[in-house]
Amino acid sequence: MDAREPIIEVRGLRTQFGDHVVHDGLDLDVYRGEVLGVVGGSGTGKSVLLRAIVGLLRPQAGRVAVFGTDMLSASEEVRQSVEQRWGVMFQDGALFSSLTVRENVEVPMREQTDLSAATRRALADLKLSMVGLPPNASDKYPSELSGGMRKRAGLARALALDPEIVFLDEPTAGLDPIGAAAFDALITKLQTTLGLTVFMVTHDLDSLHAICDRIAVLAEKRVFVTGTMRDMLTVDHPWAHEYFHGPRARAAGFGD
Amino acid sequence: MDVTLPDRIVVAQVDALRAQLAAAEASLDVTFDLSPVKVLDTAGAWLLIDLQARIRNAGGRCDIVGASEVHADLLEVVRGNIPAPPDARPRHHDLFDWLETLGKSTWEGIRSLVEILGFLGTVVARFGGLLLHPGRLRFTSLVHHMHEIGLKAVPIVSLMAFLIGVVMAFQGAVQLRQFGAEVFVVDLIAISVLRELGILLTAIIVAGRSGAAFTASIGSMKMREEIDAMQTFGLDPVEVLVLPRVLAIAIMLPLLGFVADVMGLFGGALMSWIELGVSPGMFQTRLYDSVDVWHYAVGLIKAPFFAVIIGIVGCYEGMKVGGNAESLGRLTSTSVVLSIFLVIVADAMFSIFFSIVGV
Repeated sequence: MDAREPIIEVRGLRTQFGDHVVHDGLDLDVYRGEVLGVVGGSGTGKSVLLRAIVGLLRPQAGRVAVFGTDMLSASEEVRQSVEQRWGVMFQDGALFSSLTVRENVEVPMREQTDLSAATRRALADLKLSMVGLPPNASDKYPSELSGGMRKRAGLARALALDPEIVFLDEPTAGLDPIGAAAFDALITKLQTTLGLTVFMVTHDLDSLHAICDRIAVLAEKRVFVTGTMRDMLTVDHPWAHEYFHGPRARAAGFGD
Repeated sequence: MDVTLPDRIVVAQVDALRAQLAAAEASLDVTFDLSPVKVLDTAGAWLLIDLQARIRNAGGRCDIVGASEVHADLLEVVRGNIPAPPDARPRHHDLFDWLETLGKSTWEGIRSLVEILGFLGTVVARFGGLLLHPGRLRFTSLVHHMHEIGLKAVPIVSLMAFLIGVVMAFQGAVQLRQFGAEVFVVDLIAISVLRELGILLTAIIVAGRSGAAFTASIGSMKMREEIDAMQTFGLDPVEVLVLPRVLAIAIMLPLLGFVADVMGLFGGALMSWIELGVSPGMFQTRLYDSVDVWHYAVGLIKAPFFAVIIGIVGCYEGMKVGGNAESLGRLTSTSVVLSIFLVIVADAMFSIFFSIVGV
């Protein structure tokens, strides 16, 4: 249906915890260079989907291919080479609490490359500056930062190796509207200059409206529908209808 | 000189490329031609900009030409975000630094001791309030903590005390046999277990088991703002969380100390019988004749004091936990170390006290 190159392909994904089936027969494509927003009600498995794609959770069935490599059957080395090409930002930044912010950003460089200490330091400071952290934040520990700054630092760490795909788990949750808007702008800016593909789990209608090229709605244990924001207004599903036509959606500028 | 760049300039090759470009950098007159470059990431862009800045600072000329639109954008973004060079202030460690650290930690120690005393005062005041209004006692919580602190600790405390008795008898036997004074092993075991070891080791085990649990449970409540929520309902965290725990430990530690005494004597008697041939009957007679009941009383008198130390330190450290998980772990270990330390200090002071009053 699309001439664009799918960078992530999920087919027939099935995940369950005990008897509780989260996904059943879930299909999803993510194309190179797009910003995909994944939405869904609580408990529809948005974060579980993200974890299944990045390999933190092994699905019971199905196929996950990233850059054309089947991640579930690939050998350890192949998987690692693919993992180097993506970065993940967790909800609260998930920074290592025993390291300073700069050291946190240096961790992936230290593990995956043999750069000199001076280069690592300079690149880490550059990344921290790019995500909008003040220079004096580099030497602080995560516990000394505000929630928004931790998220930015988490993003800087995810971007440390200039990945092609960035996974963001609720990047604007817990931020004030100004901070959230600034974060949206930051993601857009980085996405265009670095040519990133962004896979973003979110609840935030403003974010969806501001930065997502395409939206995937999770419902009934699968991706119920994907499409642009305009397409979402015509989706015939109670949750999606409520979500995209509710008062908050109107406030965010949907349905104009 | 003109430099032809490779088609990929990415993070993994940055250091290698810098080494290759050292000659160009030294010539102080360079044109970087970006037209053959297909892949450029932020690290690559940083390298080019960093080289350009160095050459220009040295008074040379450096141009970057032939960048595609995307690469030019990237170069621009990176250029705009190069952080200012850090001020290289040499970090020196001299006597004054050392004195400053010493002073700070001394003050910190004094302050936290004062705070613990303040906390003890609050708990005692609330306890007084409770005596006036006994209905406010959280009875369910008290019983729950008594179960956790006392009943569940019986197996480990019994085993520990039994083994201590065995060890005392065994070690005593070797020494006393040299003098043919085997029967004095009874005095040795009874006095050391009843007076000191039974209660001291029980207190240490309880500090590790329950003191740490107090800090962890109160600390995680503090972390999730449960304690703040409690206060908004007009509930007093000291009354709801601290008093039941401190009361429960003050009731249970003497009982556990009693269990330890019994098991210690039992282990000692058993080993004396096997190793020295002191029969249980002989052990009993000797115990009645030569070991004053005060030895037993001295041990148990100390128990409630140790209990209060463990309970207060455990709860106080829990209340000090801040917003992050790291402080929870740190304070839990502080709680155990501090309460064991204070218990031993108190034990030493009791020894002095009892020797002055002569029991």
